[in-house]
Amino acid sequence: MTAAKSLHLKTSFLILIMISVAPLGDTFLGKGMKQVGSWEGWAPGKLWHFFFRSFTNGTIWIAIGLLLSYFIAYLLVLSWADYSYVQPASSASYVLIALLAHFVLHETISPVRWLGVAVICTGVFVVGHTHPKTPEHHSWS
Amino acid sequence: MVVTQTIFYMLIVFVGTGGELFVSRAMKSIGEVTDFRPHSIARVVGRAMLLKRMWMGITLMAIAFFALLAMLSLSKVSFVFPSTALSYAAGAIGGRLFLGERVTPQRWLGVGFVCLGVVLVFLGNK
Repeated sequence: MTAAKSLHLKTSFLILIMISVAPLGDTFLGKGMKQVGSWEGWAPGKLWHFFFRSFTNGTIWIAIGLLLSYFIAYLLVLSWADYSYVQPASSASYVLIALLAHFVLHETISPVRWLGVAVICTGVFVVGHTHPKTPEHHSWS
Repeated sequence: MVVTQTIFYMLIVFVGTGGELFVSRAMKSIGEVTDFRPHSIARVVGRAMLLKRMWMGITLMAIAFFALLAMLSLSKVSFVFPSTALSYAAGAIGGRLFLGERVTPQRWLGVGFVCLGVVLVFLGNK
């Protein structure tokens, strides 16, 4: 296998993991936060109570586990691929989030919002078809 | 409540993107990962965790994450996540300014689509 093919394969594989795991994590997070209840205000007592409820919720911890897996895949792929390539490539998760929100969380999604999700995906598709790697200028070095 | 949601939204989009830019820069300095055995991945993650930029990035992303938690308790998940796609515009600008990435007209066009989509998602929430 050529180096270019190998690079493409491992990039696709890690992005596939990101796309699969992130929407699940996000959905569990949404479900968990609904169980936790609404944000009640900035008062220290209310803040503490809100975070305590959040981090003692099992669904939130499943979400954190899934999102941690996402983060590791994200770190690995960023070790070689451009941020501006990886970020849009992971956009398929938006479609999955909308589907999961509709079918699992039973949220009503208006046609306009579906259109918005479709336009977002189109934009991200266009971005994803630009050259994935541009020369680095090491502006932060 | 609208002001609170706006603050959370700004934290999610701009602080979160800033964090990802730091993380991206840190991972580039680690170099390309070629070994995917669990102990090698653990070693790479361990090396990354020794970098200041990584911790800057994680701190900013954590702030954005807590804002996301709060935002999710106020709005629907199908609204919150698509609307945060504005991060793509912030990411393109940040990639150009801070990572030295070349953002072509085609890429800007894509970012424009994303921004339009964000507006539609907002309108669809009413």
